[in-house]
Amino acid sequence: MPDSLALDLARVQFGFTISFHIIFPAITIGLASYLAVLEGLWLYTRKPLYRDLYHFWARIFAVNFGMGVVSGLVMAYQFGTNWSFFSEFAGGITGPLLAYEVLTAFFLEAGFLGVMLFGWNRVGPGLHFLSTLAVAVGTLISAFWILASNSWMQTPQGFEIIDGRVVPTDWLAVIFNPSFPYRLLHMSVAAFLATALFVGASAAWHLLRGNDAPAVRKMFSMALWMVLVVAPVQALIGDLHGLNTLKHQPAKVAAMEGHWGGESEPGEGFPLLLFGWPDMAAETTRFAVGVPRLGSLILTHSWDGTIPGLKDFPAEDRPNATVVFWSFRVMVGLGLLMILLGGLGLLLRRRGRLYRSRAFLRFALAMGPAGLVAILAGWYTTEIGRQPWVVQGLLRTGDAVSPHAPATLALSLALFVVVYLFVFGAGIAYVLRLVRKGPVAEEGTGTTPGGPGQQRHAMRPLSAVAEEQ
Amino acid sequence: MGIDLPLLWALIIGFGVMMYVLMDGFDLGIGILYPWLPDKHHRDVAMNTVAPVWDGNETWLVLGGAGLLAAFPVVYSVVLTALYIPLVLMLLGLIFRGIAFEFRFKARERERAIWDKAFIGGSFTATFFQGVVLGAFISGLPVENGVYLGGPLDWLAPFPLFTGLGLVCAYALLGCTWLIMKTDGVLQARMARLARPLSWGLLAAIVVVSVWTPLRDPAIAERWFSLPHLPWFAPVPALVVVAMVLMQRALRRGAQVTPFVLTLLLMFLGYAGLAISGWPRILPPNIDIWQAAAPPQSLGFALVGALFIVPFILMYTAFSYYVFRGKVRPGDAGYH
Repeated sequence: MPDSLALDLARVQFGFTISFHIIFPAITIGLASYLAVLEGLWLYTRKPLYRDLYHFWARIFAVNFGMGVVSGLVMAYQFGTNWSFFSEFAGGITGPLLAYEVLTAFFLEAGFLGVMLFGWNRVGPGLHFLSTLAVAVGTLISAFWILASNSWMQTPQGFEIIDGRVVPTDWLAVIFNPSFPYRLLHMSVAAFLATALFVGASAAWHLLRGNDAPAVRKMFSMALWMVLVVAPVQALIGDLHGLNTLKHQPAKVAAMEGHWGGESEPGEGFPLLLFGWPDMAAETTRFAVGVPRLGSLILTHSWDGTIPGLKDFPAEDRPNATVVFWSFRVMVGLGLLMILLGGLGLLLRRRGRLYRSRAFLRFALAMGPAGLVAILAGWYTTEIGRQPWVVQGLLRTGDAVSPHAPATLALSLALFVVVYLFVFGAGIAYVLRLVRKGPVAEEGTGTTPGGPGQQRHAMRPLSAVAEEQ
Repeated sequence: MGIDLPLLWALIIGFGVMMYVLMDGFDLGIGILYPWLPDKHHRDVAMNTVAPVWDGNETWLVLGGAGLLAAFPVVYSVVLTALYIPLVLMLLGLIFRGIAFEFRFKARERERAIWDKAFIGGSFTATFFQGVVLGAFISGLPVENGVYLGGPLDWLAPFPLFTGLGLVCAYALLGCTWLIMKTDGVLQARMARLARPLSWGLLAAIVVVSVWTPLRDPAIAERWFSLPHLPWFAPVPALVVVAMVLMQRALRRGAQVTPFVLTLLLMFLGYAGLAISGWPRILPPNIDIWQAAAPPQSLGFALVGALFIVPFILMYTAFSYYVFRGKVRPGDAGYH
């Protein structure tokens, strides 16, 4: 057992670097698909507004993608640098899954990204659209593999342990492990939702400042349709995901609910706590305010059902309920606000006031980061909820960490914090600056979109057509 | 046992790392050469020659890491733990280098200097510590029962530091000859003047490593200088000499593409030389690829994907290079 300070430092470093990282791919997944839709609409309708929006969001996508790549590279190496015993133990399964992600997703994205961002006037429109599609599909394939790997760590199956190492016996069982379909859906939809909220907030910002251009209205409208449909769907998926977790990782659900067990008589069901402070030492949830029987209704879909409480698990096998209880509530609370935003948007749209209600525009602006915050809160819930295990039931986090001295880890953590705050702080500032500029009309006709230079000749007959419009 | 899975995986990872060294080598080289390109327009052009492709080039490094984790988990965990500090510094360097591509063009006039420095510092740091990692890896890492026994600063030794500088020189030459191929005018002329001293620097690095490694390690001396190996491996140094002669000639007559191709050849020969020295040890000095291999179920599953997908990757990578073929000039190419 390594010393606990080193373990804590390694965990903080992983949590810090992955929290920064996950923001970028989430927006990348959403924006890539949004860009594919925009380009498809441009080619289909030939309305310049879609092309202008494409160029506008492509620039933001590029900055975001770059940050995702460099922060992701750190993750790919951190499994070995900081969690070497995890890699040795589980590398036989997580390694091939990561390799498939690189082969089927990273190369696809990187290979076509150049054409997508720099090739508008260099290839025909069909080939360019294909490149955008390849990037969008690549982001989704990437989510598929990394979530298969993460889900396997939550609900492992399809393996046996030989000489202290995991050996895969059934790859289909490994990939399609019990929590994988739910996590994949939940995370992909979360990425779409977070992006829609970000796009909507960007448009709201412009509308509030009187920039009422058709392109701005269009992206506001598209974003709110997306939120209207996807936010309730996400709640449904989340509910199913929760039930799946209850079945396979009951300690996590008990922690999420601050449920210790034994508080209520048989037949009374258990309450849903709205507020409380789970106290791990005292084995109780202080200041609990709950709705009787609602917990039973939500988690067992019956009036008097019960679930295992934290006291049903040995103390050393319990996740930290104080954190998980609250991170879960932050996620759900934001999700409810998203549903409200979508619903209000529909109402205002039907009254023709969608683009004019300043209160609503401010609400949409404030919800801009909500999707990303909800994603972080959700990941804290599922990852901290899996503790003390790194691979549920098989390997404890304390046994997975590399044998570094605390001083080494403190140094590298300090470096990561300084560099990340500087680099990604600047990056986020640039993204917001690009958002502030807003979509530019007639961009990319004749000149290289957004570029300083003039394209002297149309490279293809079809881009000449675009110039004549 | 029909197929030697560990052998195939060693070849795939070796191929991936080589692709990385050759391709990200010239991207990183451009960053290293930035101090010799003070003019803003030259810097724009130099960066634009790689802006559409650098990301794909860097992906080979991720494949190297992922392949190692999949096929030789013990190597992945031992090497990454042992070389923790240089690897963290390399990653931080790659962060600064990578974001500079986007930030530099998004920055206001007075902010650009920051990202120019980030690009230079990041490229240099990433390259130098890649070289350090390489040198420390060749020197050997003491391991027992899959646990690294050395200290966190063992890499701070003359040989790894030398390979770090050698790699800086090598990538600089790759970047330099790449720019000779992809640009023209003043920028190209400037690079052509730099190429000659850099090529001698690379040769010096190759010679020093070729002398130093067999002196340190009798197994490597045995590999190269004893029969029946000698005639098989003698062509490697001979080809280095030939490539160097051709390089000087090509630079003299102002060739555009040949210097880059010859640099690729020199890099490949250096890489092949290291592979010949190390084979089949994957964790020098004691562990070979068969001892370090993941279970066959893991190797086989990932192999299917690798053999099927890598050809497609090579095809669309080639397509991307084809789309962005030709010289890059000021004001060209770029959505920036």
